[in-house]
Amino acid sequence: MNLVKEEEARKIDRYIENAKKVNQHVINARVTAAFAGATALTVGLLIFIIVYILSRGFHMVTPAFLLETPRQMGRAGGIYPAIVGTILVTGIAVVIAAPVGVATAIYLTEYTRESWLPRIVRFGTENLAGIPSIIFGLFGFLFFVIYLDLGWSILSGALTLSAMILPTIVRTSEEAIKAVPNAYREISYALGSTRWQTVTGVILPTALPGIVTGVVLAIGRSIGETAAVIFTAGASLRLPESLLDPVRTLPVHFYILAREGISMDNAYGTAAVLIVLILIINIAAYSIMNRFVAKSR
Amino acid sequence: MEGDPMRYPMRYREAVIEKTLVIVALSAIAVLGLIILFIFKEGSPIMARIGVIRFIAGAKWAPSRGVFGILPMIWGSIWVTLGALIIGVPLGLACAIFLAEMAPARASAILKPAVELLAGIPSVVYGFIGLVVLVPFIRRWFGGPGFSVLAAAIVLGIMILPTIISISFDAFKAVPVAYRDGMLALGATRWQAIRMVILPAARPGIVAAVILGMGRAVGETMAVIMVAGNATKIPSSILAPVRTLTSNIALEMGYAAGEHREALFATGIVLFVVIALLNLTARLFATGGRVAR
Amino acid sequence: MRRVSSTFSRITLQAAPRVARFLFIIFIIGLALAALGGCGLRRGRPDVGGAHQSITLAGSTSVQPFAELLADEFMKSHPGIIVNVQGGGSSAGARAALTGVAQIGMLSRELEGEEKSLHRIVIARDAIAIVVHPSNPIDDLSVAQIRAIFAGEITNWSQVGGPHREIHVVSREEGSGTRGSFDEMIMGSAEVTPGAVVQDSNGAVRETVAGDPSAIGYLSLGLVDKRVKGVRISGVAPTVANVERGAYGIVRPFLFATRGRPGEAAQEFIDFALSRAGQRLLAAEGLVPVARD
Repeated sequence: MNLVKEEEARKIDRYIENAKKVNQHVINARVTAAFAGATALTVGLLIFIIVYILSRGFHMVTPAFLLETPRQMGRAGGIYPAIVGTILVTGIAVVIAAPVGVATAIYLTEYTRESWLPRIVRFGTENLAGIPSIIFGLFGFLFFVIYLDLGWSILSGALTLSAMILPTIVRTSEEAIKAVPNAYREISYALGSTRWQTVTGVILPTALPGIVTGVVLAIGRSIGETAAVIFTAGASLRLPESLLDPVRTLPVHFYILAREGISMDNAYGTAAVLIVLILIINIAAYSIMNRFVAKSR
Repeated sequence: MEGDPMRYPMRYREAVIEKTLVIVALSAIAVLGLIILFIFKEGSPIMARIGVIRFIAGAKWAPSRGVFGILPMIWGSIWVTLGALIIGVPLGLACAIFLAEMAPARASAILKPAVELLAGIPSVVYGFIGLVVLVPFIRRWFGGPGFSVLAAAIVLGIMILPTIISISFDAFKAVPVAYRDGMLALGATRWQAIRMVILPAARPGIVAAVILGMGRAVGETMAVIMVAGNATKIPSSILAPVRTLTSNIALEMGYAAGEHREALFATGIVLFVVIALLNLTARLFATGGRVAR
Repeated sequence: MRRVSSTFSRITLQAAPRVARFLFIIFIIGLALAALGGCGLRRGRPDVGGAHQSITLAGSTSVQPFAELLADEFMKSHPGIIVNVQGGGSSAGARAALTGVAQIGMLSRELEGEEKSLHRIVIARDAIAIVVHPSNPIDDLSVAQIRAIFAGEITNWSQVGGPHREIHVVSREEGSGTRGSFDEMIMGSAEVTPGAVVQDSNGAVRETVAGDPSAIGYLSLGLVDKRVKGVRISGVAPTVANVERGAYGIVRPFLFATRGRPGEAAQEFIDFALSRAGQRLLAAEGLVPVARD
């Protein structure tokens, strides 16, 4: 009686075991298909966004559109001042943040062992990285616009952005510097070089592509930023004459045009320019990195 | 390498360089300090006057009447963020698993940069697409004004995908290959290996990815303003308009004066504290994994 | 400062290879640019050759489009003066004028509190129109009905004689001049429902109402176009003619505010705004002119 039951139970177990084995492959196939679908959906979203904007905006992008000043609040005319504003704000932000960021990374990787000082520096960059851009906007408004009395200006916007992209540059540069093989350092020191000579002669040249990639990605991030810029660089449509003039960057211009329904055509045109810029920048970053990876292999 | 490294001026020079680097490196912490100083200086007086509890737990926001309660915005941020996670986490993890463990290497090499490109698209573009595609869709098929928790959650869910994908992807890649190969050698399917070994091993990194994605969702501003509807009421359904902490600041900042402005900076303080806590948690979880930074 | 940097550069340029030199040059350019911006090019300066003067206007987003228009025309006839027009909102505009950040503050409401110390110039009057979707059969509402709708007491169009559809209330954010005037002239002691969708500009309100058959909102008469329908208030249509006759009562002033006597350039701009040409320009855009000569 008992024996029969046990036999039966074993049979059932084996049956289940078999069923499971069969099912596992089915499940595996289904899960793989589902996850591939998820990936396709994600990439599809990307393509949808790009195509949506470009299909509606690309015909707007003519030399006149790029080189004329806007009229009637952007209802007519081009986006030249916004392009100039974006380039200036982003360019200055990177020019300030890149040396500081790379120097910080050099300090963190080449000049310290674990102690309280680098730990503080790291704490600073890590926390800065997590702060939302609107907080940078508030800070930039209080500190640069009002406290330092720079007003709504290219400089205020650029300084705010430089604080925002600093952690990105530190992190990517640190990673690039860390990837430099230790043997390089040892050889350099063995040849009698000082630390700084090692940094400038060996480490930076080797890590440069990685650093440049980080900087390029930071440029991409600054170009698309709205919340931090709208409170610090202002929204003027005039062509700036000095770094203390307010400007309206491309994303801010797009935001205002689209949201207030001023001109959908010009909004799509602006967005198309923005998207194309971002695409170029990202592709550039990737190709630099790829070449870097290929070379280091 | 010219000169004798032991020459006096050389050592002097090295010391100067090192000191300069230290000073430059401290700029990050200096900026952080300045941010905290200025925002707290501007926002804390009103919090002290009203009382932190009444400010945070007050259900009514009517600055023109001197009533400052940000509970609706806190709930708003919570609902919208939760919604974004419900959409973004499964989708993002599925993508990351597929790219890291299932897809052929060549496909991954193309798809991963494409996915990461999502991070480069400006938030106003996401908000705009949400505004012209999603909001009318929701209004048409689900009812309500269209500007809603749902619209914001979907837009944010997509926006946090690159964060979740790239961090969890790294976490999966950090799992030693031997774990997976061992499982496969034992006759397990790929999915079994992933479920039983890789996922548990990568858990700290996944948690970090989710928390950092959460941070991104909580902190996003422009896209949310465009699609959320910005009502100052605790939303009663996912189709109701909602205002988050960030949009509260950005919407009214330009217009605010006096106490109202202080209250917006106080909203900034609350946001800052929430984000700091999230970052701290992310780091605590992540210290187990390789993705500690 | 100069000596330190030149010593530093000599050392670096001698010893360091290309990369460091490159980075260093970038850094120096950065410093130079910052210094240039800091000292060389002060804002609002009378330029060396006296070629250009610039004035900045900041404030109400309701006034902004009209000020832009005035500025465009003005600069055609005054090539030596550059006019910057910023948004920010009425309160920010008043503050900008008080602190000197802008020479002229723009307001779409009356001066309040400490703002009263500013010099006040009415450049035009603007009616606030109550707008609905063009497909909405409702085209006449009483003030009491409008108040009840915005207060959230009437929630369905059938309650005011329309189709059985939920009403979607669209309002402006706290602190905006339009919202302030609306609160004062329509709402009185009642409050706009916290469940209302909030948008942060006239244009955004117009777009929202234009896209939603169930919506009702309010915005500057000058910005009403074919995509929305301005409802009559107890039989009086929102038109410039009715405002001039005094029949349409929901009217607020558009102000320029200056601290003390404005500078020469600013005064010229104000004079232009009040001139026949300026007023005609404003009237063509749907505003109600003030100085009729």
